[in-house]
Amino acid sequence: MFGFSSLVVRMSSSSIVEAPPKGGFSFDLCKRNEMLSGKGVKHPNYRKTGTTIVGLIFQDGVILGADTRATSGPIVCDKNCEKIHFMAPNIYCCGAGTAADTESVTDMVSSQLQLHRYHTGRESRVITALTLLKKHLFNYQGHISAALVLGGVDCTGPHLHTIYPHGSTDTLPFATMGSGSLAAMAVFESKYKEGLNKEEGIKLVTEAICSGIFNDLGSGSNVDVCVITKGEKEYMRNHLKPNPRTYVSARAYTFPKKIEVLSTKITPLKELAQVVEAGDAMEE
Amino acid sequence: MDTTLQDLNAPHSMGTTIIGVTYNGGVILGADSRTSTGMYVANRASDKITQLTDNVYVCRSGSAADSQIVSDYVRYFLHQHTIQLGQPSTVKVAANLVRLLSYGNKNMLQTGIIVGGWDKYEGGKIYGVPLGGTLVEAPFAIGGSGSSYLYGFFDQVWKEGMTKEEAEQLVVKAVSLAIARDGASGGVVRTVVINSDGVTRNFYPGDTLPLWHEELEPHNSLLDILNAQGQSPEPMNI
Repeated sequence: MFGFSSLVVRMSSSSIVEAPPKGGFSFDLCKRNEMLSGKGVKHPNYRKTGTTIVGLIFQDGVILGADTRATSGPIVCDKNCEKIHFMAPNIYCCGAGTAADTESVTDMVSSQLQLHRYHTGRESRVITALTLLKKHLFNYQGHISAALVLGGVDCTGPHLHTIYPHGSTDTLPFATMGSGSLAAMAVFESKYKEGLNKEEGIKLVTEAICSGIFNDLGSGSNVDVCVITKGEKEYMRNHLKPNPRTYVSARAYTFPKKIEVLSTKITPLKELAQVVEAGDAMEE
Repeated sequence: MDTTLQDLNAPHSMGTTIIGVTYNGGVILGADSRTSTGMYVANRASDKITQLTDNVYVCRSGSAADSQIVSDYVRYFLHQHTIQLGQPSTVKVAANLVRLLSYGNKNMLQTGIIVGGWDKYEGGKIYGVPLGGTLVEAPFAIGGSGSSYLYGFFDQVWKEGMTKEEAEQLVVKAVSLAIARDGASGGVVRTVVINSDGVTRNFYPGDTLPLWHEELEPHNSLLDILNAQGQSPEPMNI
């Protein structure tokens, strides 16, 4: 009989040996940054999508939802960003975490999926996207801070997954991510049921995102929704605008007068480059 | 607020209760279904019993990312191995592959895995691969944070040569005991029975589990509790 929690078998007390590098990733700079911040050096802020993203499975497919606020520390630096990323025509992915990371990881995998489609001549599967994403995130050991909700419909039916920055994945009928995930999950846990129709699904997703927008400081502005069904998708950008700007002047800013053109001079290109073959052809 | 956010960024780990037991004729694997990030339950219905081949399954504990990558690789290797061999792989080979990855990358991995399955050479077998990457063959194995509550229980009740029904009831009882005392374990109980006839998956919802010391009857909502006492909910006095 044996158990795990207390049993760690060690061969000798000091068995750590310096080995020559074998290639692969180097996390030296991450360690350096950790050391510097330990000594009190302040790092610049990344643009983060303090976010509410959600997804659910309904009777004919998957619905994804996201808010549209991007923040850098306490500053809202984009009031209407897009967090539902394209992966394949039948697969979309919501991203939370560092904006640059979610953007790059979804772009990379979506191009790999495109190549895979050219190669196989078949529609991409959600599990393929999931494996590519989790492999990439696991390789970087959580340093790529992308927390994703992946949804799509393929030949095996509708699928919804969550992917964490360290590369772990879950398969769920309804999922939430980001700083507003608790607020959104509260809505799903009390109102989600199996076999919702499209209207009910969109309503519930919108409600969950609104709960994040209004109760989480990291989330705000508008609601984006994406409905994916068999052979069809509907990307509803700014499906709901619960925070309209009321203080803009009625007319947009106009320049006081037309800028005058004082003089015009056009110099045509005259030179002709001639390529002369020089040297002998290579001999065998 | 800060602490909550930091917890959400913490690596996804499975404070877990996992169990593997042999009986006469096969093995039974059991697990709870809670996955947490810090203090937040990220998934209350997760499946920690993962299929490697037709006849070999694993129970995963520790970091979710690490245990998933190890079982993904082992599944991949075993599929190749099955094709090259032209017959189902043995539990021993599966357990050795898990050990190979866990030991070879011990500095990178935070995961304990129980391998269980049935093959025609050795019958039902349970192997444990705990944190350091050692491989231990055992008649039963327990793992995860909930296992600390079960050592004494297993010392007392485990017997050689149980029937399938006895063994499964033991596994469900043990996981429900651990769920009752371990905060990091919870949700439902999942079991997998593997023997010469094949594989059966069973699922025991949280409200069907036995009630232990000081536990309350399951209710659908707070209103049920209030109505049961013959009271109507009163508005709060401010």
